[in-house]
Amino acid sequence: MIEPTVDLALAIGHGLTEEEFRKIIEILGRTPTFSELGIYSVMWSEHCSYKSSIKYLKRLPREGEHVLAKAGEENAGALDIGEGKAVIFKIESHNHPSALEPYQGAATGVGGILRDVFSMGARPIAAMDSLRFGELSDPKQQHLFNGVVEGIAGYGNCFGVPTVGGEVVFDKAYSGNCLVNAMAVGIADTGKIMPAKASGVGNPVFILGATTGRDGIHGATFASVELSDKSAEDRSSVQIGDPFLEKLLLEATLEIIEKGLAVAIQDMGAAGITCSSSEMAAGGGVGIKIDLDKVPLRESGMIPYEILLSESQERMLIIGKKGLEDSLCEVARKWELNIERIGTVTEGDRFKCLWHGELVCDIPAKTLVLGGGAPIYDRPYIRPAGLDAINTRNSAIETDKDPIELLEALLSMPSIAGKRWVFEQYDHQVGTNTVIKPGGDAALVRVKETSKFLAISTDCNGRFCALDPHVGAMQAVAESARNVVSVGAWPIGITNCLNFGNPEKPESFWQFVRAVEGMGEACRAYNIPVTGGNVSFYNESQNGAIFPTPVIGMLGIIDKPQDIIRQDITSDLQLVEIGECDCPEFGGSSLQKILFGDPFGLPPRIDLDREIANAKFILSARDRGLIEACHDISDGGLGVALAELCIWNDLGASIEIPEDRDIIGSLFGESQARYLIAVQAIKLDNLMLLAKKNNISAKVLGYTGGLSLSIHSGSYYKSVEIMKLKDIYENKISKIMRGEL
Amino acid sequence: MLVGVVVFPGSNCDLDALWAIEHGLGEEAKFIWHRDKIVSDVDMIILPGGFSYGDYLRTGAFARFSPVMESVTDFAREGGLVIGICNGFQVLLEAGMLPGALIANRRLRFICKDVFIRAERSDTAFSVSIPQGTVLKIPIAHFCGNYFADAETLSRIESNGQVLFRYCGENGEVSAEFNPNGSSNNIAGLVNERGNVLGMMPHPERYSEAILGGEDGRMIFASVREFLKKREGAFVRGA
Repeated sequence: MIEPTVDLALAIGHGLTEEEFRKIIEILGRTPTFSELGIYSVMWSEHCSYKSSIKYLKRLPREGEHVLAKAGEENAGALDIGEGKAVIFKIESHNHPSALEPYQGAATGVGGILRDVFSMGARPIAAMDSLRFGELSDPKQQHLFNGVVEGIAGYGNCFGVPTVGGEVVFDKAYSGNCLVNAMAVGIADTGKIMPAKASGVGNPVFILGATTGRDGIHGATFASVELSDKSAEDRSSVQIGDPFLEKLLLEATLEIIEKGLAVAIQDMGAAGITCSSSEMAAGGGVGIKIDLDKVPLRESGMIPYEILLSESQERMLIIGKKGLEDSLCEVARKWELNIERIGTVTEGDRFKCLWHGELVCDIPAKTLVLGGGAPIYDRPYIRPAGLDAINTRNSAIETDKDPIELLEALLSMPSIAGKRWVFEQYDHQVGTNTVIKPGGDAALVRVKETSKFLAISTDCNGRFCALDPHVGAMQAVAESARNVVSVGAWPIGITNCLNFGNPEKPESFWQFVRAVEGMGEACRAYNIPVTGGNVSFYNESQNGAIFPTPVIGMLGIIDKPQDIIRQDITSDLQLVEIGECDCPEFGGSSLQKILFGDPFGLPPRIDLDREIANAKFILSARDRGLIEACHDISDGGLGVALAELCIWNDLGASIEIPEDRDIIGSLFGESQARYLIAVQAIKLDNLMLLAKKNNISAKVLGYTGGLSLSIHSGSYYKSVEIMKLKDIYENKISKIMRGEL
Repeated sequence: MLVGVVVFPGSNCDLDALWAIEHGLGEEAKFIWHRDKIVSDVDMIILPGGFSYGDYLRTGAFARFSPVMESVTDFAREGGLVIGICNGFQVLLEAGMLPGALIANRRLRFICKDVFIRAERSDTAFSVSIPQGTVLKIPIAHFCGNYFADAETLSRIESNGQVLFRYCGENGEVSAEFNPNGSSNNIAGLVNERGNVLGMMPHPERYSEAILGGEDGRMIFASVREFLKKREGAFVRGA
C-alpha cells in the first residue's frame, strides 16, 4: 500500500467531519500524516470515543461501596465480593461483524470480551450472550442464528469458559441488523487487579500473542456506520479468531500478573495497537514510544498505517517492569507465544511511533481519548412523531380464542420456546462452577475458595423499549433483577450494552437518551452501580432501525448455598402468584405479537418501589424456608411461566382463575414485578401471613401434580398434557433448524 | 493417593480434574506439564479434557508426540493407572493406547448435556466400587465423541469385555434412543486389555460434588482409591 496525500477529502473518506479534521490540524499544528489520520479517525469514531453517548452515560450511577473499578476506568468493571475476591465483568456488542460473517463475528466478540476480563487478572468463570435476529422462519436468519451460535460455541468451548446462558430473541425489527452482545465474568484476587494505566518512565512495552496482519483494519469505523448492501464488500473488516491462542494468552497473562512482572496490561480490541497504547499512555499521564519495525507481522509489505490500525485478534499490550524483561519473556516462551518489546514508556504525553527510524506519528495521547481531546457531541433529539399514535392505540385484547391454544402458540414462538438447541452447543459446565445451568431465569455459578455464588442474567424487552424507551429500560433492569432474585440472589451491579440506531437521527437519539435516563433511575432505585459496558449505534439497515435495545447484564450475589432457590417442583405444592396483575397489560406483549404483529399501546407500567418490595419479599420468604421454587413472570405472562415450570419438571398443575377476572388478561398479561412460587401446603398460611404483613399481593393459584396443566375459570375448564406442551416448547427451534418445519 | 493431572497448553479441564480429586474426593493431586516426564510418585494419571494443542488438525493429533506422552506410555506399560477424559480419551486413541477412533458427532454439533452411562464391569481399577449394571449420570461436552472402530476391532473389544461404560437410559436400557453422538455399540468408555487404561467421553470430574448437580463421577475416582487401598503395601505400579 502506498500512502496517499492527506487532505480534507481523505479525512471525510475516513469518516471524520470537516470540523474534526480542522481540530486535528489545530492540535498538531500541522497536517496529520497518513498514519495519524488513520489513528484519529479510528480513535474519534463513535465506537472508540463514545462522542455521542458520553454526555448521557456520565449520568448513570457509577458509585457503590463494592466498586473497585468504575465505568470507563479500566478494561472492565470490578466489584468486591468479599473473602478477598473481586468479580470482573463486562458486556460488549459485535453486531456488525456478525451480520456479515456470523461465525467469526460472534467468535471474535466472545474473544474480545474475554480479553477485557483476563487482562485485569481475572480468570473467566462464565460467559453469556444476548442475541437478536429477524424472524426464524426466514432462511437468512436461520443462517445467521446458526453461524452465531456455532461461533460462540467454537470459541468459548475451546477457550474453556462455560457459556451459562443469555437470551435469544427473534423479531423482524432485527432482520437487517442482528445483535450479538457477549458478556464475560471473571474472578480475581482483590489485591491483584491489573490496571490499564501505563506508568514508570523507561518501562518496556511488549506485544504478546498473535502476529499483526491486515485483518480488521477500520473495524471500529465500520462499527460506526449503518449496514448497507455494500457492507458485504467490507468483509475484510471482520477479524478471524483463534481460541487456542487466546487460551495460551489467558494462561500467560495470568502468570505474568501472578508473578508481578507487569505494571499495566490492555487487550488489543478495536483499533489495535493504536487504541491500547494511546489509552494506556493517556490513562497513566505518560508518553509511549513504539518502534513499529519491531511488531511481529504476518504479512509482508505492511505500512505503519496498517500496523497501527490492524485488529488482529489475540494480542495484548503489556507494560513490563524494567529489569524483569527476561522473566516476562520466559513466561511467554513457556506458553509458546510471540513476545516482542516494541516500545518504552516515556516522559511527557506523546504517543510516538517510529518506522525505519522515522517519526510517523507524534500525537499528544490525551487528544485521542475519551475524557481527553476526543470530540463530545451534544446531539439533538426529538420524540418520534409517530409514537403518540402508536402509544394511544388501545392495546386491550378481547379474543374468543381458547386460552390453552393461545398458550401453545406462545410456547412455540421461537423467542419463548426452549433454547436447548442453543445451549447444548455451548460447553456450560467447564470450570466446574455451574450450579444452575442455562434455561432458567438466571445462571448461577459458585466462586471457588469462597462460600459465595454469583447469579448472572442478561435481559431486555425491545418491544417495550420501542413503545417507551424510558420505561422499557427501567423494565430491563427490573426484569434482570427478578431473574437474579428468582435464584435467590440480590443484585450488586450491572454492565450494559446499548444497541440503538443512528445517533445523528434525532428520533433515534431520543430513544437512546430516554433509555439511559430510565436505566439510571432504575439502578438508583436498586442502589446498584453501572460498571461500564458498550454503546452500539448505527444498528440500521435498509429495513430501518432496530428496536431500541439496552441490554442489561446483571450480577447478583448469594452468600451461602442454603440461600439458592431452585426451580424444582414436586407434587402437591401450592402455586402462588406474587405481585399484582390488576388490569391486563398487553402493550408490547408476546400475545399482542402473535395476534397483531408490531407492538402498540403503552408498555406495562413500572413501579420500582413495588418491584423492590416484591423482590425483598421473595428473599425474606426464602429465609424463612417458605419457598420451594420460584420463577419470574415475564414474556407470555403467568401462563407461560406456569407452563415452563411444569415442562422443566415433567409435572402437571391445576390452577383456577377467579370467575370475575379476565382469563386471557390473567394468563397472558405482562404486568411487571411478579413471581410464580411453589410452597409446601403446610407452609402456605405462613407465607400468606408474611405477605399480608408486608403488604405484598399474593394469590393462591392452585397446586402441582398429575401429568396435565389444567385451567379452571367459572364454567371454563380445559387441560393439556405436559408432554404435549413440552414437545412444542423443547423441539420448536431444533425442528426449524433441521428443516423439519 | 496422589493423582497427576497432565497439562497440555490447551487443556481446559485440568483445573477441574485437580479440584475434583482434591475437593470432591479429598485426595492429593498435582499438575504435570506437557514438557515434563511423569515422576514415579503418582498413583494415577489423568489426561484431562480440552483442546490439547488447539486441535485444528484432528483432536489429540499433536498431543501424542509431546514429551509427557512418552512417559505416560511407559507408566501404563508398567501397569500404572491412566484415565483419559474427553480430549484425554482422544489422545489415548491417537497414541495407540486404546483401540478405535473418535469422529464427529452424528449431528455434527457440539453437545453439552447430562447423559446416563451403564457400568459394564465392576472388576477394573476404575469400577471396583461400582456394581455391574449401575447407571451413572455424568455430563458430556464434545464435538468429536462418536466412538468408531472397524467390525473386527469392535468384536474383539466386546469379547474381551473392554467396554466399561455404555450410553443408556435412566434405567439402564441401552438403545439408539440414548446414544447422544452415534457411538458404535453406545460405547462411552473403554479400557485396554490389561484394564489399567481407561478412556471415556463423559466428564466424571464435573459431577464430583453435589452442588454441581451430581456426584456419580466421583464414584470412578473413589473406585481407584478403593482399588489402591486393597493392594495396600504392594507397589502399585507393575500390578
